[in-house]
Amino acid sequence: MNQIPALIRVFAYLSLLTVGGGMAAFPELKILTVEVHHWLTFPQLIHLYSVGQMAPGPNMMMIVSIGAWTAGIPGAVVVLIAFFGPTTLLAFTVGRLWMRLEKWPWRASIQRGLAPVSIGLLLAGCLTMAKGAVTGLVTAVIAVAVFAILLRSRINPALLILGGALVGLFAFGLK
Amino acid sequence: MNDAPAVPPILVEATADVLASPGELTIGQIFGAFLLIGATSFGGGVVAYLRSGLVSKHRWLDDKTFVELLSISQTLPGLNATNMAVLVGDRLRGLRGAIAAICGICLPGALLMYAVSLAYHVRGDRPIVTAMLRGVAAAAVGLVLATTVQLGRKSLAYVYDLIFVAIAVIGVNRLHQSVPRVLIAVGVVAILWYRPRRGKKEGSGP
Repeated sequence: MNQIPALIRVFAYLSLLTVGGGMAAFPELKILTVEVHHWLTFPQLIHLYSVGQMAPGPNMMMIVSIGAWTAGIPGAVVVLIAFFGPTTLLAFTVGRLWMRLEKWPWRASIQRGLAPVSIGLLLAGCLTMAKGAVTGLVTAVIAVAVFAILLRSRINPALLILGGALVGLFAFGLK
Repeated sequence: MNDAPAVPPILVEATADVLASPGELTIGQIFGAFLLIGATSFGGGVVAYLRSGLVSKHRWLDDKTFVELLSISQTLPGLNATNMAVLVGDRLRGLRGAIAAICGICLPGALLMYAVSLAYHVRGDRPIVTAMLRGVAAAAVGLVLATTVQLGRKSLAYVYDLIFVAIAVIGVNRLHQSVPRVLIAVGVVAILWYRPRRGKKEGSGP
């Protein structure tokens, strides 16, 4: 069955939900790709998302993997365009307008008001992901340790994720 | 070699040619600069890489403009990294600059994640790979949570902000409302809450 139209619809829609960051769209990403379209399982989604955190560049490049699994290279290309097209267009047009609206009093209100909402949506995304990824004592310790270290030091997060892989290997792989 | 100059040479340079010739940049230069950032910004926090590349190294923007574009990026839907690429690319060379910038910053990560998807499909269900991925996923939860907390520390200023944060979280995770519904409902209330207050210039009405 041709999944390309569904891929376009889903990722163009998700694109507009990424207020504050990609994580804000994660709950909808899970519902649509896992529960509605069955393109992948929830653990697979979490794995791809997590590995994607180590990749350079914008941190939602894991969508390419979903597109590629579902419909090969055309799927990957279509997902990229659907996911980044709408927000690119919006940033381009609104960006030009926004600079001219410097004196418009609602501009500050919109920025002030959307800031806490986007933080809330990002946190909601984190919690959705945590439900799937933190499943026991070891994973909880890894998550808390990475969180605490990142708030206290300037170590590159990619190194900590590699560290998580090593801990996972010893905790779950050598049984 | 110990007669230190009165002004550090870096500072002299920095003030000398900010925004000297953004109009003369070629599409290739813009694409190349963003491609390099897209290929080297390991570990998230692309914004920091953008700042050091665009402001400190190339001096295509000054810091004030960078911060202003960043605030637009954060308000609009879309990832900060790609929104910044579009806004900066547009400033440097219009529409073509914006397209060059977003293609450059996305290409390396997209190719890498394509390769990952192939590898995962072949090897992803091996026990050793699954074991490592469980660790990676747990670490990623710590990372995204830390990123969110750091962003919150910077962008939240009032006690009321925490209430809006809590309502959004409860709406999505407890009440299982869809993200757009929560975004629009809480967003509209929060924007109205921070509506422009009369009395500064207009000074009319209650």
